[in-house]
Amino acid sequence: MELLGLYYYWVFAILLMTGFYAVIAKLNLIKKLLGLSLFQAAVFLLYITMGKVEGGTAPILARGSAEQLFSNPLPQVLILTAIVVGISTTALGLGIVVRIKEEYGSIEEHEILEIDRQ
Amino acid sequence: MLQQHLPALQVIVPMLSAPLVMLLRERQLSWMLATAASLCAFAVSIGLTRQVLAVSESSYLMGSWPAPYGIELNIDSMSALLLLIVTGSSSIALIAGARSLREQIEGERQALFFSAWLLALAGMCGILVSADAFNIFVFMEISSLASYVLVAGGPDRRALPAVFKYLTMGTIGATFYLIGIGLIYLMTGTLNLEDMELRIHEVADLKPILVAAGFITVGLALKAAIFPLHVWLPNAYTYAPHVATVFLAACATKVSLYVLLRFDLFVFQPNLAGHDLQFAYFLLPLSLLAILIASAVAMFEQNLKRLLAWSSVAQIGYITLGASLVSKAGLTAGLLHIFNHALAKSALFLACACLAMSVAKLRIDSIGGVARRMPWTMAAFVLAGLSLIGVPGTAGFISKWYLISATFASGPTGVLLVAVIVISSLMAVVYIWRVVESAYFGATTDDQAVAEAPLALLIPTWTAVLLNLYFGLFPDIPLQLSSSAAETLLWHQP
Repeated sequence: MELLGLYYYWVFAILLMTGFYAVIAKLNLIKKLLGLSLFQAAVFLLYITMGKVEGGTAPILARGSAEQLFSNPLPQVLILTAIVVGISTTALGLGIVVRIKEEYGSIEEHEILEIDRQ
Repeated sequence: MLQQHLPALQVIVPMLSAPLVMLLRERQLSWMLATAASLCAFAVSIGLTRQVLAVSESSYLMGSWPAPYGIELNIDSMSALLLLIVTGSSSIALIAGARSLREQIEGERQALFFSAWLLALAGMCGILVSADAFNIFVFMEISSLASYVLVAGGPDRRALPAVFKYLTMGTIGATFYLIGIGLIYLMTGTLNLEDMELRIHEVADLKPILVAAGFITVGLALKAAIFPLHVWLPNAYTYAPHVATVFLAACATKVSLYVLLRFDLFVFQPNLAGHDLQFAYFLLPLSLLAILIASAVAMFEQNLKRLLAWSSVAQIGYITLGASLVSKAGLTAGLLHIFNHALAKSALFLACACLAMSVAKLRIDSIGGVARRMPWTMAAFVLAGLSLIGVPGTAGFISKWYLISATFASGPTGVLLVAVIVISSLMAVVYIWRVVESAYFGATTDDQAVAEAPLALLIPTWTAVLLNLYFGLFPDIPLQLSSSAAETLLWHQP
């Protein structure tokens, strides 16, 4: 039962590997970037789940309630930064794909290699 | 007053100059500001090195929050050594870039290019001064994203697929590193490297830490282009603008190696049983393959820049070979080679930038006889090449000498390793000689346009070459820094 109880780690692992597979196996550059985003998103989920404390609420200090149970806010802050990094990477990647399309007229990896070989 | 804020200034100066450079727009002005910022960063790193040499380590608390809670900046000998390389090669490449980039990037795009350059510089400096694992990730991504832009600035369209490959592999590497950090945070609840090392002692179940060590090592090996994860490197270096190649070849992979060594030797080594063996068994065969295969590929390469890029893959092999011995002598040699290889490769790529001023294609068969028209450029190339090979009197000799004596001391397999080092040095003789042969003795092309490179390029090139000779004769400073860095990293060894 412990395997099922850790289902959020399974979600993380499956998403991670799906994304990784797409980056490696897909020839279309946009699909590669999609895979890369999925790959990064999986890691965001890993961080979010580790910060969760069972029964804990959002870490907001309210007056007069000293004994509240909070989730750990630090992983969420970290992941906020990592999401920004992820978005910048995707944006830059898409920008490069646009330039590749302008120069080569294709966004399929094997076709680009073929054009370069000539 | 200013002295104590140097660690923060190291990052802030280039980072804040970057948007200013972009706003200036004008080519000449933006170049001047970027170069000034880079020189400032270089001056700061010299100041930091002097502090480190005097008192061995300096720590800086951002916003005066105490260490494991606040963000700490930490400068020790290893960071000082790398800071000197990063800021130094950035400055020298920018000075050369005034002339060289005019041919390669249109005037209105140059301000943006310089802005990306400063961001890359700020990111690399950030990695080197930071003592916080997550900050290192953020700075790593800042520097990587900016270096993708630098490579994509190349005039050849083949730069674009090269950069796409660099981007996907770099991101995978950084994400692996992030997973590793996450797992460690899960077990220890800290991100500060020194605190992390202490708290792993208290962790009962070390399996997640072992997995984290795997993720971090492989992720950073991707970024550091350790063989066989180097596939992004040759094309990215070949098609980047020439001076950007100078900067990236000297720094980009070295900075990732720095993080790799810091984690594997400082954080994991004292805590994981048998980590030294796992680390060595992982790294040693890869280093040997890198040295032999990449040198062999370089021997048959026609494109001058790609030849040097393959040689970089081989030289990274030397560095990791030194580190994989997990001894103080080996690590000293590896770190020294980081410094000396950066010197030699910057000089070689700068000589390529000089050649590119008057030769249309940087191919071995198309530079026939240029030495008669460009004697200074080719003389610089030959001297820097000698340093790469490791001829006595040049910087390359010092690190190879230390590497060979460290491998001899490492036990019965040492002789085999020495044989590999000697064979690959001979291979380096072959690939440098092919260039020299073509340039000095090849059939002269009738192209009258071939003339000596302008002084604006020759001066930085020769500065780099003379530094190679200087540190070949007086290696005290890098030697002292790298041996005390080896002491710090392997403090738990007798």
